[in-house]
Amino acid sequence: MTDAVKISVRNLYKVFGEQPQAVLEHVLAGISKTELLEKHQHVLGLREINVDMLDGKVTVIMGLSGSGKSTLIRHLNRLIEPTDGQIVVDGADVLAYGEEELRNLRRSVMSMVFQRFALLPHRTVVDNAATSLKVRGVNKDEYLAEANKWLDRVGLKGFGNHYPHQLSGGMQQRVGIARALTSNSPIMLMDEAFSALDPLIRTDMQDLLLELQTELHKTIVFITHDLDEALKIADHLVILKDGFIVQQGEPQHILLNPNDPYIEDFVSDINRARVLRVRSIMTPLEGGSVPPEAHGEVGYNDTLESVIAQSGGDTSHSYIVIRDRAPIGTLEMTRLVKALVPRVASEAGARKY
Amino acid sequence: MATYDFVFDGLGLRDWCDSGGAGDAPMSMADLLAQSSGGGAKETTLWELPFPSLDALNDACGRIIQSRALTKGLEEGFLAIKDALRFVLDPMTQPLSWLLEIALAVFETAPWWIMFPILMAIVYLASKSMRLVFFVAGCMAFLAVIDHYEFAMQTLAIIFVCAFLCVLFGVPIGIAMSRSNTLQRMIIPILDMLQTLPPFVYLIPLIFLFSVTEPKLYGIAIILYAIVPVIRLTDLGIRLVDEDVIEAANSFGMTKRQKLYGVQIPLALPNIMAGVNQTIMMSLAMVVIASLVSAPGLGVLVLRGIRNLELGVGLVSGLGIVLLAIILDRVTKAALDRVNAAQKH
Repeated sequence: MTDAVKISVRNLYKVFGEQPQAVLEHVLAGISKTELLEKHQHVLGLREINVDMLDGKVTVIMGLSGSGKSTLIRHLNRLIEPTDGQIVVDGADVLAYGEEELRNLRRSVMSMVFQRFALLPHRTVVDNAATSLKVRGVNKDEYLAEANKWLDRVGLKGFGNHYPHQLSGGMQQRVGIARALTSNSPIMLMDEAFSALDPLIRTDMQDLLLELQTELHKTIVFITHDLDEALKIADHLVILKDGFIVQQGEPQHILLNPNDPYIEDFVSDINRARVLRVRSIMTPLEGGSVPPEAHGEVGYNDTLESVIAQSGGDTSHSYIVIRDRAPIGTLEMTRLVKALVPRVASEAGARKY
Repeated sequence: MATYDFVFDGLGLRDWCDSGGAGDAPMSMADLLAQSSGGGAKETTLWELPFPSLDALNDACGRIIQSRALTKGLEEGFLAIKDALRFVLDPMTQPLSWLLEIALAVFETAPWWIMFPILMAIVYLASKSMRLVFFVAGCMAFLAVIDHYEFAMQTLAIIFVCAFLCVLFGVPIGIAMSRSNTLQRMIIPILDMLQTLPPFVYLIPLIFLFSVTEPKLYGIAIILYAIVPVIRLTDLGIRLVDEDVIEAANSFGMTKRQKLYGVQIPLALPNIMAGVNQTIMMSLAMVVIASLVSAPGLGVLVLRGIRNLELGVGLVSGLGIVLLAIILDRVTKAALDRVNAAQKH
């Protein structure tokens, strides 16, 4: 996949209230969220959002509840209209779309998966999965075949004639994913798709998503409030707080270099050994000579957890990092151990805000 | 000398009052009594101070109109527009008369051995329950045995036509209401009025508008009375459809029409069916009252029971109405349950 930008969000603002346009100037002038609410009775939803979402990559938008992440994802297919700004999909300004073009965008370019599944309770599973094709007016044989294909793919073979209420939560969300896949749209919007599921099922679903992604290379926009989930599936991580972007970038990079106390707070509670990967902390090979004293080889994308297991906890070891069967760097266990300690702890007092 | 003389004297309006000719207004019974007993200028104490109503003020000043002018004005106003109203409404509602006449003719002339199987088939299609079919058959047979079959059929015919028309108009009105808050705000007071107005009151203006021999007279009264629940519950049902599902429908690019027929109406169906059930029950209640204005059916017997104090006739026909009510309620409830079972969450 190339690094082409699929969706570009430019200077997006959203103000909720009676007259959002009227108070927009205050927002542009930098009024705070609380001040806007007190003085003008408007709620600031999003402020100055700039994100480029790359083709074939998973962009995760993370934030706590109320940070505007669900609002942001609904702007992409215009379920919510922005107050100001631009949304460009495949080079075309979505905000300039008329009703017909917008419908086409929703029918064949973007599909959405919802937190609470939002399946049609009166339709069978296969009919639900075929929603987008039925909406487009595809004939019955064709849409049934397509829907069944994707139901099989997400592991629901044989459940086509059940009704949604007969399935468990995890299975219902599989239907939700099948419904999004059946539309064959290049972009998938996933609004806290796994948040309503219990932890084990959630892990299953994340694995399913990653597995599908290696095969389909969709452009996925994924909303979550769970950092572990974000780090697991993100190619690009955007962290929202109170409607603006605190930091965005490669997740491992954010984890190692949080630029805001809010993010440091976030990342301090996660299991870094499981999330950080060798590639983020290795020392690249210079000159190409492999150090002879290495204790073994580790993969470029291995987690630190697996390296610790491999070393048996001996911090004197060092390893050669292998990518595509060629050595590309070295990793000393001492360096690994240092990376496991959050920066906040080493810089004592950073959490005093 | 009247209580509120001082108001007009104080305002210097005495001349204006008297110039209108205080004695012209028609006298009330109380005035007449007071005059004949000779006490015209009785002094009122504070305890007896009347509210400054139109009549009390009229006593003091002949220029103020009396309260009876209100009812009189309404009556005259209505009579004045009556012809124009009839000119518009008569042709518009004529199909209702035809429908009722046809339905009554069909239900009366079809022999019982054809009507029974047809009704049972309808019951079975609606409820898919053989138990209910047998129950309904038993009730109908009972009514037939005591020679109330024909009256029951007349009542049923009227209910079928009126309930059908209620659904035909009520569901679209409810859908329109659910889509527009302004329309909802406008229609709800009308519905409240239709629902709380005593059923007899419907009949009064209708009697002026249409001839009592026409079936549409009671048809309109029944429809106005019974259409309320189906409108209300359609509106409610569509507004109660899960926001998430509507959002999903939008996100997959459904048109308004696809959303309405594919999502909103099916999901609102349990509520709409509950409305239809209520509508049918209310038309049954009204069809009895409508026998006052020549609606045929069991109501006629009830009326006879009241008029002639024929206790037995009244009670038996009352029992017949109860049986019809139970039948209609059970069948529509069974249909509602089937809809509910098909789409529980």
